[in-house]
Amino acid sequence: MNTPLLEVDNLRVTFPTPRGDIDVVRSVSFTLGRERLGIVGESGSGKSMTGRSILKLIRAPGTVSADRLAFDGIDLLAQSEKQMRAIRGARISMVMQDPKFSLNPVMTIGEQIAEALLTHQRLPRREVGQRVKAMLESVRIDDPERVAKLYPHEVSGGMGQRVMIAMMLIPEPDLLIADEPTSALDVSVQAQVLDIIDELVKRKGMGLIFISHDLNLVSSYCDRILVMNTGRVVEECEAGELRNATHPYTRGLLAAIPRLDETRDELPVLDRSAWANS
Amino acid sequence: MTALSLNNLDISYGETPITHGVSLDIAEGESFALVGESGSGKSTILKAIAGLAPEWTGSITAFGKSRSHGIDRHFARLCQMVFQDPYGSLHPRKTIDATLSEPLTIHGIGSQNERVEAVMASVGLDRKFRFRFPHQLSGGQRQRVAIARALMLEPKILLLDEPTSALDVSVQAEILNLLKRLRREQNLTFLMVTHNLPVVSFLCDRLAVMRQGRIVEIADVADLKQGALREAYSRELMEISATHAA
Amino acid sequence: MTTTVRAWLIDDSPSSRLQARLGRAWRITGALSRNPLAVVGAAIILVLILTAIFAPFIATHGPLKQDLTQRLLAPGAANWMGTDELGRDIWSRVVYGARITLVIVAMVAILAAPAGLIIGAVAGYFGGWTDRILMGITDVFLSMPKLILALALVAALGPGIENAIIAIAITSWPGYARIARAETLTFKNSEFIAAIRLQGASAMRVILGHVLPLCTSSMIVRVTLDMAGIILTAAGLGFIGLGAQPPLPEWGAMIARGRSFILDQWWVATMPGFAIIIVSLGFCFLGDGLRDVLDPKSGEQH
Repeated sequence: MNTPLLEVDNLRVTFPTPRGDIDVVRSVSFTLGRERLGIVGESGSGKSMTGRSILKLIRAPGTVSADRLAFDGIDLLAQSEKQMRAIRGARISMVMQDPKFSLNPVMTIGEQIAEALLTHQRLPRREVGQRVKAMLESVRIDDPERVAKLYPHEVSGGMGQRVMIAMMLIPEPDLLIADEPTSALDVSVQAQVLDIIDELVKRKGMGLIFISHDLNLVSSYCDRILVMNTGRVVEECEAGELRNATHPYTRGLLAAIPRLDETRDELPVLDRSAWANS
Repeated sequence: MTALSLNNLDISYGETPITHGVSLDIAEGESFALVGESGSGKSTILKAIAGLAPEWTGSITAFGKSRSHGIDRHFARLCQMVFQDPYGSLHPRKTIDATLSEPLTIHGIGSQNERVEAVMASVGLDRKFRFRFPHQLSGGQRQRVAIARALMLEPKILLLDEPTSALDVSVQAEILNLLKRLRREQNLTFLMVTHNLPVVSFLCDRLAVMRQGRIVEIADVADLKQGALREAYSRELMEISATHAA
Repeated sequence: MTTTVRAWLIDDSPSSRLQARLGRAWRITGALSRNPLAVVGAAIILVLILTAIFAPFIATHGPLKQDLTQRLLAPGAANWMGTDELGRDIWSRVVYGARITLVIVAMVAILAAPAGLIIGAVAGYFGGWTDRILMGITDVFLSMPKLILALALVAALGPGIENAIIAIAITSWPGYARIARAETLTFKNSEFIAAIRLQGASAMRVILGHVLPLCTSSMIVRVTLDMAGIILTAAGLGFIGLGAQPPLPEWGAMIARGRSFILDQWWVATMPGFAIIIVSLGFCFLGDGLRDVLDPKSGEQH
């Protein structure tokens, strides 16, 4: 493994506003091998924009610039929209927050998964059926033949998100970007969905970028963590070392989370004076 | 004194029953949590108490008075609600001032100017926000407005429907501190719905674990902190919470 | 001075309700003025309104003054748009016609829009039988072609401009009721409506104070876009003799009279026709611009 899977150097995402350009992501750099990277931050930290900019999914008038943005040696910034379409899905996939908005309501689940597969390769019909069934089984859907015939509104949120994961992973991409994949789900279902992602990523040797606001969740499912605040990476550490984070923002976030055996009378609050008056 | 008492409450939406025989007694000044997964009926109970889910049998009593099925003005003075989504619970075309004065106008309460300013101060909102529209505020500020609105009529009971689950953790900490302080200062009774057990541990005295429309267990928060919940399902919920907080 | 007024208007932290409202109006006007078509539309309508107000000063002749020696003159220095078959100055008649058009448009908007708004909001908010009955009535009106219904009404009420206004108003409220109902349904179950109900607000207060303000922007857009149709319907009624009666200088009636000479004296029918087209376009442009600015679905930021 000579070249890393993803190289990001000095990434910047800019949106023009009437009061001048605003950088929502500023000089973010990291490299990713076939490992699990967590990006944590609060709303407005630029974590989702970072994920989207890798797929060049930033909508106009936003612009992406970087000294280097390369996936498996391919310079993503130099790719045309058409070339990007060949990469999206086939080699880099993205799982979004809410399955309700990401699934087509008038197609059955089986059809949608098959379509995700056929967009990128030609296969005989029987094999497609088998692959869809195998994929649904691998996201732990017990009765794949029945579920394949259902429409998105007929399944629960957790099932919908598992279907999304099946759709995203059936073309066997090298990199999966999961943007808050479980925030819309119940806690017990969350664990299940994350376990599935974790298992598939490990088994297929993929890279994973897991974007979330939940520090604890990220630290238990990733190898390495980037903490972002107002567009910048403020802390980078091994997941196991999160407890020993040094940056005051990270420490503030960790302290602000209530614990199950809470004894504090008041939770410590981040000092927002730097941006509270904006 | 018992602030809020539910007795054998069966709530339904049309033909679908949501809860079965829910009974609870919450003392004045107590902070009580309803926990469970989505579909357990915990939010529906709040709605029925508030008057937004009128199809129920059994009884709902607040400070000794039975509640009617609809929304009545007397009950509004006694019990108010804070919603989950700070983006959806404020009228997009009304300034903060208009949102906060409205309950006073409805109930014919005077000295609106002073009252609005006092409540804004007590929830920690700067005066400069008073004539802004909701879209000019952050999520945390909106939730403060929603809490302020609920406090305008000086109710004794506050129903909290996942009041912090849509917020960032640092903002959640601010709102939780605020709720704790308000409860102490105004001797409020809280009934909170949440799926977040650590939040319960911080803010509440007792909790009821719900599953499929029934109460599985009612316990003290001390038991939660020590991991001493009795029922298997409650312990399962705790374990999931604990692994997340690893 | 102008800079301080502007700063006051765009202040992020207004200090009174008035300032907050004016600030919002200022931002909407600003967004509208960045849309060239909307500016053109607004300008046309402004010109129409000014023309109607100052008609006596703008017109070169009396609109009803006949001069049979000056019949059917081509446009020229004395008669900018020529004269009609009774020797009346067409320019002056078109100018005075602006008043009639404006009155028709304004009256229809005042009669039909609030009626539709309230009926739709009430139906949507209460649902159930209220909804079924009110929307049933609405559907009866919607099931008939507008012009035919207006024709039938005017034929029954008798020709004349007042009856034309009533007829057009009666045919246009159902569309507004449908929109208001649809908008109400999307907001009815929102948490901010639930919150105000929990404060003990009466249904009346919720509808008038909280639901209707959310329907108004789409209603303003729709009414503006409909203005063109209203003008055309009024002109159509005038054309077949059921609207404004002679000698009133109503544009549709003027076209009807000019029809007989369209080949030899084209200007008699064409000049009022131009007026109709320009004013209709003006309303369409403005309506489109307003939709871009006010439509809550396009991610409103005002």
